[in-house]
Amino acid sequence: MIAHADTIPKQRHPLIAFILRWLLTTNHKEIGTLYLCLAFLLFFIGGAMAMVVRLELFQPGLQFTQPDFYNQMVTLHGLIMVFGAVMPAFVGLANWLVPLMIGAPDMALPRLNNFSFWILPFAFILLLSSMFMEGGAPNFGWTFYAPLSTTYGPPSTDYFILGVHLMGVSSVLGAINVMVTILNMRAPGMTLFRMPLFVWTWLITAFLLIMAMPVLAGAVTMMLTDRHFGTSFFEAAGGGDPVLFQHVFWFFGHPEVYIMILPGFGIASQIIPTFARKKLFGYHSMVYATVAIALLSFIVWGHHMFTSGMPLAAELFFMYATMLIAVPTGVKVFNWVATLWRGSITFETPMLFALGFVIMFTIGGFSGLMLALVPADFQYHDTFFVVAHFHYVLYPGAIFGTMAAVYYWLPKWSGRMYDERLGKIHFWTATIAVNLTFFPMHFSGLAGMPRRVVDYSIAFADFNIVSSIGAGLLGLTQILFLYIIVKALTSGEKVTDAQVWEGAEGLEWTLPSPAPLHSFHTPPEIEPDEAHAATDKA
Amino acid sequence: MSKRSNSPGRQFALLSLLAVGMFGFAFALVPLYEIFCEITGLNGRTSGEAASVAQIAEISDREVTIQFTAQVFRGMPWEFRPTENQMRVRVGEVNTTEYYARNRASGMVTGQAVPSVSPGHAAQYLHKVECFCFTQQHLEGDAEIDMPVQFYVDPDLPEDIGTLSLSYTMYRVPDAEVVVPEAAASMPADHEGHYQP
Repeated sequence: MIAHADTIPKQRHPLIAFILRWLLTTNHKEIGTLYLCLAFLLFFIGGAMAMVVRLELFQPGLQFTQPDFYNQMVTLHGLIMVFGAVMPAFVGLANWLVPLMIGAPDMALPRLNNFSFWILPFAFILLLSSMFMEGGAPNFGWTFYAPLSTTYGPPSTDYFILGVHLMGVSSVLGAINVMVTILNMRAPGMTLFRMPLFVWTWLITAFLLIMAMPVLAGAVTMMLTDRHFGTSFFEAAGGGDPVLFQHVFWFFGHPEVYIMILPGFGIASQIIPTFARKKLFGYHSMVYATVAIALLSFIVWGHHMFTSGMPLAAELFFMYATMLIAVPTGVKVFNWVATLWRGSITFETPMLFALGFVIMFTIGGFSGLMLALVPADFQYHDTFFVVAHFHYVLYPGAIFGTMAAVYYWLPKWSGRMYDERLGKIHFWTATIAVNLTFFPMHFSGLAGMPRRVVDYSIAFADFNIVSSIGAGLLGLTQILFLYIIVKALTSGEKVTDAQVWEGAEGLEWTLPSPAPLHSFHTPPEIEPDEAHAATDKA
Repeated sequence: MSKRSNSPGRQFALLSLLAVGMFGFAFALVPLYEIFCEITGLNGRTSGEAASVAQIAEISDREVTIQFTAQVFRGMPWEFRPTENQMRVRVGEVNTTEYYARNRASGMVTGQAVPSVSPGHAAQYLHKVECFCFTQQHLEGDAEIDMPVQFYVDPDLPEDIGTLSLSYTMYRVPDAEVVVPEAAASMPADHEGHYQP
């Protein structure tokens, strides 16, 4: 029997009861909500740091920050957005949606689920507290290359290390939970190849997390022993090698990139068929493409370090392996476009975000191909071109994906509809802002503007003014997003229909809106789907 | 499939084991990387073993340029530089150059030089017959020394390489790790009071 909030005695003070309810909850929906709220909070904190960075870069020269503080902002922005915003948001969506989509009453390991979540606030308190310490916060970039983070790291680096350890434990436990849930808790008849694509992408993401996060834990552990216990993993003076750090880090780092995008692929694959009112084109090829991307992600880490010194054969290997990833990704984009083909398309907000995801993520994919080319990478490396590339895959990819998911499933979660007009305004302003912010970075990068430097040549001034104005607008759209959500939750139009969206399919749309706290006590009936099998073969 | 092999507890244990295994894999990357570097000459790592002159097949007419550089690692109070910046050598021919070192500290400081060859994939073709980098160097306060390197370029050196750089970084050896060779005790110290290799 799963313990839940209702068993807490009623005579407690309401505030204590409220705290205990959320602190002790083992309900997948409540934990999903906690994850999403934490991710949103950290998204604002990380975003505020990006505002500081863009404010400083509005003009050449030093305006608002000193170089060391600028470096701290760049570092914390990256760390918080990756580990605090994108990853918890995806885990939150998995918590909410995976049990609903496979017809399970809850996650397989509910207490572990609670533990995974409640580690996270402490991890980020550790990381953020470093800002107020002597010597300042970590200032070596989110990639924390040795020896910047070992020999030259500020004292607060140890807080950062412990924080990363905690985030790693949380992610690995969360991933194990998702995996065990998907493998064990599916309703009868829900075979692996009947699972919605979001569940598939999360199953593969969970595998990547279990494989990659411990390697990151290993890297920070080696850093810790190098700093304090006399080892020389990355210290050349003791026979170590700082380049080894880059290998260990990117062995984690590249799968991490796909951890941050695969669930987004899943979300787009749920939303586009709904609003095109067609079945997803090429379901099986979508699954295989995701598996292929995941496997390839473990053999391409070298493309982050072409300029670190590498034999020609290794450079060629990493170049071709990286370019190979364009094939399964291309399959996915093709399938989404083919799903739209001759569909009865309507452009509600979730659909707009999903389409923005497909188009702008593809732009990021193309610049990724450019960076994969060894001879070209020597020019692009460590310039703003790289910044433009990964923000194009992360913002319109991971963030637009998450926002699309929130708009799409919010009526199911809360039983209330968001304001469609404001949602559309949000999408269009965000799209304009994203492109204003990140597109000029391609040009400043190609012209040679280095990343992670507080000052720059006046030759790049115009591009940076545009980027900074775009970033300011992008920051404002987050406040609009918050307002839309609060407005929907407090005074949004009540949703009575279980299906909510005309073309929506899947088990979560068979539940009433809002979804009851406890669902699928008895597994749902899954009717044999001849049509599904037939389209798969075609 | 039996019910037991499918239970969530068992899967949790297996997946946790996988996570722990990957944590171990991160540490396994350290020796793997060493081996990888040794095979490929990545990072210009040269062999730590003295080469034998007998290995040379023949001295060819082909000439290459060898450039010498030196760095002192932070915390090392030595002056350290090559006595000549570059040499034109015939492939296969044994040549000798010297590096100069002076201890600017007042007490004895032990140093260890670590060589690196650029371009990295040429590292395996530069053989050192004798090198001060094979052993620790001990210098009394204010003492100076010229340290020889005897080397030859392998005739198998790829045709496209015309210039090699041999770089040494001099590290300070912590007192706890100083190895005083037995020979040093019996060998007469020279007027500067240090062991002459």
